[in-house]
Amino acid sequence: MAQLATSKVGAAIAVKDLEIRIRGERGSYPVVADMALTVQPGETLCIVGESGCGKSMTALSLLRLLPEAASASKGTIEINGEDFLAMSQHRVEDLRGVEIAMIFQEPLTALNPVLTIGEQIAESVRRHKKLGHKAAMARAIETLQLVQMPDPARRARQFPHELSGGQRQRAMIALALACDPKILVADEPTTALDVTVQAQILGLISDLQKRLGTALVLITHDLGVVAEVADRVVVMYAGRRVEEASVYDLFEHPIHPYTLGLMGAIPRPVAGRPATDRLVDIAGTVPPPWDLPKGCAFAPRCPRASARCLEERPPLEEKRPGHFAACWEHVDG
Amino acid sequence: MRIPKALRNPSLVIGGLIILALVFLAVFAPLLATHGVDQPDMRNRFSLPSAAHWLGTDNLGRDLWSRLIFGARISLSIGIISVTVAALIGTSVGLAAGYFGGWVDMLLMRITDVFLGFPAVVLTLAIVAVLGPGIVNISAAIIAVTWTEYARVVRATTLVLREQNYVQAAKALGASWPRILFMEILPNTLGPIIVLASLGLGTAVIIESALSFLGFGLPPPTPTWGWTLSYGTRFIRDEPWLSIIAGATIMVTVLGFNLLGDGLRDILDPRQLTRLGANK
Repeated sequence: MAQLATSKVGAAIAVKDLEIRIRGERGSYPVVADMALTVQPGETLCIVGESGCGKSMTALSLLRLLPEAASASKGTIEINGEDFLAMSQHRVEDLRGVEIAMIFQEPLTALNPVLTIGEQIAESVRRHKKLGHKAAMARAIETLQLVQMPDPARRARQFPHELSGGQRQRAMIALALACDPKILVADEPTTALDVTVQAQILGLISDLQKRLGTALVLITHDLGVVAEVADRVVVMYAGRRVEEASVYDLFEHPIHPYTLGLMGAIPRPVAGRPATDRLVDIAGTVPPPWDLPKGCAFAPRCPRASARCLEERPPLEEKRPGHFAACWEHVDG
Repeated sequence: MRIPKALRNPSLVIGGLIILALVFLAVFAPLLATHGVDQPDMRNRFSLPSAAHWLGTDNLGRDLWSRLIFGARISLSIGIISVTVAALIGTSVGLAAGYFGGWVDMLLMRITDVFLGFPAVVLTLAIVAVLGPGIVNISAAIIAVTWTEYARVVRATTLVLREQNYVQAAKALGASWPRILFMEILPNTLGPIIVLASLGLGTAVIIESALSFLGFGLPPPTPTWGWTLSYGTRFIRDEPWLSIIAGATIMVTVLGFNLLGDGLRDILDPRQLTRLGANK
């Protein structure tokens, strides 16, 4: 019952029961557990949560790019119906860029400083589309045009440090889109950018995704971004999903106290609340993954926590149609 | 915009000029020599610089200027051969060790340690003693004692570079390891390699001269700098000029390479390095 429609036919991404463990000095412990995601072609799924909640790990696992110390220890990841975790390294390399591509958080460090923008995009096109140098370069410029890079032919000959922050992120998006991937994973794509540029880039990603019919998984800690682009939202806390719903349901009737807390921490004018009102933060910090509480991981910080919350971990349940939450003492939206 | 910045760097300019002049002299030595390399002039032994002999003559009255510019050809060829091969070997070893880590790293670095463990002088002398003198053999000896430096520097650089986001990004686009190694990582190590190579040319000139000085170099009458310096010392009490000129030639050459290397190090910071990429 906690599995939210995980195996619809034709899903672009179907993650089931995924657990990611880290082997470190403190032994082996899970950083992501009971993860399940389904993303349909053309759909936008947002994963929201604080730093360290496992959302980036989840994103990296979708490309099998987890760092050496981490590994998917349980569960399955299917990309367009293929079992991604069981695939050979060679096959994974063939799929990356074509089936599934990623936009990284820091556009400056994610672009190679000694190669021109055009060379970097063309490199990927040549590898996957088996095009010659000229054709690949033409495709690179075409892609830069697609992401509305001003003066694309000239930008293609420039190096990353010669571009502005927003232009770099456009180049990064062009790099990801160059081989028409069916799935795009974007890990905090606007965090490193100015607020005004953030809106442009977000609009661009969302627009391209609709036009190209790409499935989009957007990782963010910014609920404003979520409200802007998401179709469905997964809220994560301490490596687990705590709430999952359509974007409308989530903002209209948040159920989990953690989601409510996140919303209370957004600066926004609310009718009936004086503008001078202080932001409400969530007391305490996220527990480290090697030392999770026995019951609900959020219980120690939760204003509604009961004795049961401290003892027993709540399962993710359908509280309202299509609206899931893992909470014993949830708010009745 | 690039040229003025480089020209504002005094070490780069001075070093570059010295090396350019040296290369010019070496390349056009047959045209610039005023006398035959082995042409004795017994009436003018140990002459001081004069209109006839620009840098004076040696114990057999041979023209020092002509001998030194022909000697430059030997020093530079040995330098270029040994630096090229040492950089190729060292860079390959460093890339492999740094990128793959684990037992590959372990094995390659222990081999490097073995080479480093030998005293450099003993190793070069041993190699030349076994192989015999000759440009290729002397170069081999120099390579044996210098490739380790490239290996260690490139390995350290690779260790940093392989963790960069753009390497991760390249993987996310389906790049395989050779592509990552040669397209993403190697271009970023070129800066340190170029600096090392420039300094390495100076080292090669010194080692070659030292071998000649010790009698393990190219046999006389080949006009090597080291040999000129070496036999000059026999007459140093009465005729110090000979040794001073030969020694100064070696010193200025090495200084030139070192200044060039320092200058390159200054301008090849990562931001400048991106421009270097444009020229390749």
